Amino acid sequence: MTTPPDATATARPKRRIPWQTLTPLLGLVALVIVGSLMNPAFLSSTNIFNVLTRSAFIGIIAVGSTFVIIAGGIDLSVGSMAAFLAGAMILFMNAMLATGLPPLAVLGLGIVFALLLGLAAGTFNGMTITRGRIEPFIVTLGTLGIFRSLVTYLADGGTISLDFALRNVARPIYYGSFLGVPWPIWIFAIVAGVGALVLHRTRFGRYVFAIGSNEDVARYSAIRVQRIKTLTYVIQGFAVALAVIIYVPRLGSASGSTGVLWELEAIAAVIIGGTALKGGSGHVWGTIVGAILLSTIGNVLNLTDVISNYLNQAVQGVIIILAVLLQRGRSR
Amino acid sequence: MKRILIPIAALLAATFAFAQDGAVTIGVSIPAATHGWTGGVNWWAERTEADLEGRYPNLNIVINSAGSASEQANDLQDMVAIDQIDALVILPFESDPLTDPVAQVADQGVFVTVVDRGLIDPTIRDVYVAGNNPQMGRVSCEYISERLNGEGNIVVLRGIPTVIDNQRVEGCMEVLEETDIEVLAMEYANWNRDDGFEVMQDFLSRFDDIDAVWAQDDDIAVGVIAALEQAGRSDEMFIVGGAGMKEMIKRVMDGDDLVPVDVLYPPSMIATAMEVTALAFVSDVPVLGEYILDATLITEENAERYYFPDAAF
Repeated sequence: MTTPPDATATARPKRRIPWQTLTPLLGLVALVIVGSLMNPAFLSSTNIFNVLTRSAFIGIIAVGSTFVIIAGGIDLSVGSMAAFLAGAMILFMNAMLATGLPPLAVLGLGIVFALLLGLAAGTFNGMTITRGRIEPFIVTLGTLGIFRSLVTYLADGGTISLDFALRNVARPIYYGSFLGVPWPIWIFAIVAGVGALVLHRTRFGRYVFAIGSNEDVARYSAIRVQRIKTLTYVIQGFAVALAVIIYVPRLGSASGSTGVLWELEAIAAVIIGGTALKGGSGHVWGTIVGAILLSTIGNVLNLTDVISNYLNQAVQGVIIILAVLLQRGRSR
Repeated sequence: MKRILIPIAALLAATFAFAQDGAVTIGVSIPAATHGWTGGVNWWAERTEADLEGRYPNLNIVINSAGSASEQANDLQDMVAIDQIDALVILPFESDPLTDPVAQVADQGVFVTVVDRGLIDPTIRDVYVAGNNPQMGRVSCEYISERLNGEGNIVVLRGIPTVIDNQRVEGCMEVLEETDIEVLAMEYANWNRDDGFEVMQDFLSRFDDIDAVWAQDDDIAVGVIAALEQAGRSDEMFIVGGAGMKEMIKRVMDGDDLVPVDVLYPPSMIATAMEVTALAFVSDVPVLGEYILDATLITEENAERYYFPDAAF
């Protein structure tokens, strides 16, 4: 997890970039040292896997957010979208099971359903922003409310629970492991790898950067700005769906309180990782480090009694600001 | 003069006619279903609305759910201005900010029933219906200490930092002080499944010897159970949740070793409040006063009485 940033960074010719990549990583290393000093249990393999598995949700979503933000957009709806997709996926699978299909087939259908719905939700955000010429902040603030209400409505104010027969089939997606490493971490790594490849090694990726730096210049350069921008939201929706697919098997339920404030965590992960909120520059590897950093903070705080519980969020706030401060100071 | 008098006369006549046919409007203001327990409150409010309106044809019930304290204050104004309520049943989002808005409603001669979270000025209300938070903490920890014979290690998952949470934890600590039970750690899990899961995962990597978990809330308990199963440590300890979620009561009913009991803090208290308020208008029985519902310990023996399989919570 820690070597790839160097690899991608050094492969690029510019000398400025390694610092940008390295500073969030240095922050993470510092936090790991603090954590292990506070409690030896921090470095146990169980704990490390716990933290990485947890960061997979925000991490996968944040890979999508990296595209959106680099292209100069923002998506505030991801947390609500995750809750809505989770609720809809569970209801869909319960309904399919009732038709008599075998649980494994139902799980497969549920995964396809979630991915399609995620693509649809992302397309809706993207099209409304580009065709409707409305600021992404407003559109996604609107869909934030819409998705959140829809899940509460679907749940009838309560909690949507996965049928017990399906739970046993779905469990391995979250709790199972391959070569000793839990599945969510693999999926996270694959999403990160593919995301980095698309963003940094394809023409589409270059267009995303170009639009984020200067939309007008991009338009005069015959880049199909509207289409590329819409696609970044579609990618975001797809990323949310992937996160939901590993989220649902964890507790087998979704409610109005699922994914609250995930959008801010995802955006924070992207910015901590060195992507500019105004767009035009950034990279996927920083986002990964940012996501891991965020869940590590919570973990370290849970493993120690040194800091009053009442101050947990203050500590998180200070670390987030420090991480970005460190990086801006370096890059100038 | 005539031009002014006629509308006034008409208005008076309308008011009189309204009073004469005896129609009574009760406004119910509750927090939106943002977590399991408030979801239960919404479900019970709607069920009781249908029930009461069916039973008393001259009763009209309006339910509003609010996403924040200020939204709830706006709802109250609308209820008075538009629905012209005769009675208000309110489960305040927060005690302090809603005391004044409710006082203004009461000043208009509206009958006020306050549920769960009391207002700072208790003279505003006519009826108060609430669960017993300190008792809930006490009952939970009395059970824990009894099961552990007064010694052992427990971890505590707290709710959202609020008065409710503080009262529960204080109630519990009073009991535990008398015993040799050590509270290894306390963390906030925000009455949320995901947070319950993550906090418990971290407790499990931090402590090798845990005898019991006080999760305080059934949503948190769901997360705790998943974390225990993942770590393969379900047989080392038991969990005491709270509220009365149907899935948890089912486990208690089935004699689950992991969840041997649950402590009642029923969202159906909104139904109690609505029934009592309706009684004030449809009968002559005295209803004014305080109704404090017990934090009953639900065990395998009595679980069936508290199990509502079709409830939202």
